[in-house]
Amino acid sequence: METATAQAQAANGAPVFYVKEDEHEHSGGSTMLGFWIYLMSDCLVFAVLFATFGVLGRNYAAGPSGADLFDLRLVAVNTTMLLISSITYGFAMLAMDKGRQAAVQGWLVVTGLFGLAFIGIELYEFSHLIHEGATPQRSAFLSSFFTLVGTHGLHVSFGLLWLTVLMVQVSRRGLIEANRRRLMCLSMFWHFLDVVWIGVFTFVYLMGVLK
Amino acid sequence: MSGSQDHAQGHHAQGHHGESHATDHDAHEAPHGSLRGYVTGFVLSVILTAIPFWLVMADVLGNSTLTALVIMGFAAVQIVVHMIYFLHMNGRAEGGWSMMALIFTIIIVVIALSGSLWVMYHLNANMMPDMHRM
Amino acid sequence: MTSYPDWWKLVFGRFTLEALPLHEPILVVTFIVVALGGIALLALVTWLKAWGYLWHEWFTSVDHKKIGIMYMILGVVMLLRGFADALMMRGQQAIAFAGSDGYLPPHHYDQIFTAHGVIMIFFVAMPFVTGLMNFVVPLQIGARDVSFPFLNNFSFWMTVGGAVLVMTSLFVGEFARTGWLAYPPLSGAAYSPGVGVDYYLWGLQVAGIGTTLSGVNLVATIVKMRAPGMDLMKMPVFTWTALCTNILIVATFPILAATLALLALDRYVGMNFFTNDLGGNPMMYVNLIWIWGHPEVYILILPAFGIYSEVASTFCGKRLFGYGSMVYATVVITILSYLVWLHHFFTMGSGASVNSFFGITTMIISIPTGAKIFNWLFTMYRGRIRFELPMMWLVAFMLTFVIGGMTGVMLAVPPADFVLHNSLFLVAHFHNVIIGGVVFGVFAGIAYWFPKAFGFKLDPFWGHLSFWFWVVGFYVAFMPLYVLGLMGVTRRLNRFEDPSLQIWFVVAAIGAVLILLGILCFLVQIAVSIMRREQLRDTTGDPWDGRTLEWSTSSPPPDYNFAFTPVIHDHDSWADMKKRGYQRPLTGFRPIHMPRNTGAGVIIAGFATLCGFALIWYIWWLAALSFVAAVASVIIHSFNYDRDFHISADTVLREEDARSDLLGRA
Repeated sequence: METATAQAQAANGAPVFYVKEDEHEHSGGSTMLGFWIYLMSDCLVFAVLFATFGVLGRNYAAGPSGADLFDLRLVAVNTTMLLISSITYGFAMLAMDKGRQAAVQGWLVVTGLFGLAFIGIELYEFSHLIHEGATPQRSAFLSSFFTLVGTHGLHVSFGLLWLTVLMVQVSRRGLIEANRRRLMCLSMFWHFLDVVWIGVFTFVYLMGVLK
Repeated sequence: MSGSQDHAQGHHAQGHHGESHATDHDAHEAPHGSLRGYVTGFVLSVILTAIPFWLVMADVLGNSTLTALVIMGFAAVQIVVHMIYFLHMNGRAEGGWSMMALIFTIIIVVIALSGSLWVMYHLNANMMPDMHRM
Repeated sequence: MTSYPDWWKLVFGRFTLEALPLHEPILVVTFIVVALGGIALLALVTWLKAWGYLWHEWFTSVDHKKIGIMYMILGVVMLLRGFADALMMRGQQAIAFAGSDGYLPPHHYDQIFTAHGVIMIFFVAMPFVTGLMNFVVPLQIGARDVSFPFLNNFSFWMTVGGAVLVMTSLFVGEFARTGWLAYPPLSGAAYSPGVGVDYYLWGLQVAGIGTTLSGVNLVATIVKMRAPGMDLMKMPVFTWTALCTNILIVATFPILAATLALLALDRYVGMNFFTNDLGGNPMMYVNLIWIWGHPEVYILILPAFGIYSEVASTFCGKRLFGYGSMVYATVVITILSYLVWLHHFFTMGSGASVNSFFGITTMIISIPTGAKIFNWLFTMYRGRIRFELPMMWLVAFMLTFVIGGMTGVMLAVPPADFVLHNSLFLVAHFHNVIIGGVVFGVFAGIAYWFPKAFGFKLDPFWGHLSFWFWVVGFYVAFMPLYVLGLMGVTRRLNRFEDPSLQIWFVVAAIGAVLILLGILCFLVQIAVSIMRREQLRDTTGDPWDGRTLEWSTSSPPPDYNFAFTPVIHDHDSWADMKKRGYQRPLTGFRPIHMPRNTGAGVIIAGFATLCGFALIWYIWWLAALSFVAAVASVIIHSFNYDRDFHISADTVLREEDARSDLLGRA
């Protein structure tokens, strides 16, 4: 603040009450912070789902429990998929910094494939559970399990859709400033989902099989 | 990380004008990572993921309460690792507002989670005394 | 029930012709009146050839001032609906005694009290508060718009979409009969199989998305777009309260969305979160919804506190007493508001330890609130007070709110709450703080900023009339409810047996009629002011001798708000500028970079609303189609990179010269 006042009064001792040089607003100066704030609000959605799982997650209603259902090897594979997709997205961002469009697109494809693998494995797990009779309707535990994990999966799916759209946009217009900003937003979104997944595999799967 | 620091300092200087209108072109680029940062984060994440899976799958500790506490600890550390190496959180980005938003959110999440568990645990204990676990 | 063929179900879901309430004379008459009014309005707009104007200048506008004004209009329209519900309830309770059933059957009455609560909170108070913040905040911080102008437009239309769904329930199907928070198991599929709760769920989900995004937008705006020199402790108090309110919105509306989504999963998919079977726990819903619900109260009241602060310092002609303490009190309330939610359900049975914790935190939160009252009082002390309309509202607020606050502390004592829970005492309490706090504040804000928005003041005579009807009406309507509550009368009752209670309900009904007169006088005030606008014209841009930046520009402000970005040296920056001989720049203008209007917000929100409607009626094909259409519109919109334009320096010069002429005339 002192600097601003000093600058403002520098001219001839009289206070200056406006700046003449034009600055550009609306070119996205707030986008990153705004998107971060949105992610924080998304955090609260997951907080509710985690709280619900925490409260209802042991209400098996004489049905199957996590120890009966979860296949930790599958979860480990799935976790690996998401983790690898996180670092490949990171590589895309590094390529973006260097302005190498082809490399960006390549890493985005890789990221998308790992994301697809994650979704595929999750869908396989869900269908397997449902075939075993462990449906979301079976107990409060299963309701909260499917909802928490499914909401995360939905986020990843939307991330994939967004990724696809962004790849089209990058191929059309290149790594212009607006596209860079969007890539950075998706980067935050993608890594954020990985953070949420840490909570999911720890609280839902690992602690779910502990007895 | 030198590039990122430049950006962050750009923000810092701006913070003095209310981090506002006078945005230069670079100002809105959040700090990126470096190859080393990403690889470090990845390696740490792999380790921090593998250990809890191993602890649970091989039942190393033999005590589920202890295991639960330990893996929660690992989760907390891994979340911090992701925040630093993948999300590039630091106290300077966006004039400190990103960090402030994060801390506020964590407080609210902790309140909502622990509060719900506490409240509902007491409810069950008081109103469903005969049911060991609903 | 006539049977419908299979294709009907496929096409129309569970919608049947019986869902149209043709057998309810009250609704049929209402529908005819609304339809005639609507047709008249549409005809008028067509006759005036105003569709193009409305679409290009308002509906698709990304100008925060116009969006703010549209929020206010939405609030006024919905106030009429919500208040009609209130009048009907008061009428019913005043006559349904000693064997008389009154005129509202229970299933209709239950919809009315639910709709009243939902509409007043979500579609009256929220739009009013959001509208004022939208209009005022960018002007107060010396910005030309919000951070995300398109998002702002979209948020508004999502709020409208939610309101449209709730209003649709009046004539197509029914509304929830569950009370405004729709507690399960009553709101679950087993006990509320109809469309009522689904209208509730999707109406609030659609509107909630808009509210959350508008919260993100305003937080980013306040953080990033303040004029040079305006550090945090130089922000006007209203901007401070807006910042805290929007932080609360961002951090709580997702909780509401998630909770309602869980209830929707129970209802639509047959899950067991809040059912009585298979491990579900209805009290978890109550717990979650109040984690949102209590901060929501502060979302509404904090901006009102900000308005009162601006009004106090302007009309007492001095700085706000204790600016710093006001800011800290606001921040403390923001945090504490997350630690009190259980006081809404002390009687649930969490036991003494839990109840005493939340009882104590609730009592603590009254301390910063009390500090604020003293700050306003000390601002008035030895001030040169001008009793203009906003100042009148401030004084009425302080008297009324203190009563509401004290009854709140009474309710915060768990043993007392066991007696008063769900009684009319509670109803009187929260109307006392919401009307005495939020509504009075909104009216103060409207009277205060109306000349800024439209360039002329509101007519004081009708304003004072409205003021007195409101204030007196409030006391006549709600003091009897305190008495009844203490006598043990519970809320949401359709009829009563004890005839000795009737006189209190009759008095309360008279109070409601007085408030009705207050609302009518407010509408007349606006009409009269428009007709007398030349006499009431504000040529200076600063009709109240204001102290903050919004008064430094013209009334109404130009599209770009400020020809040059102001530089701030002190809080109460406009007062500082006036004191130190600020000269308005007259030359040297440059082109100004502005966002372009877009219809995308209307379109996406329209699809989202349609999707909500289809889900309510199980019209799956339409739900899927409109959802895909909404997502597709977002994607298509994201391919539009050409979102800005420049206002030429010549245009700026013309606008500023016109202002010089106006100032010369004054």
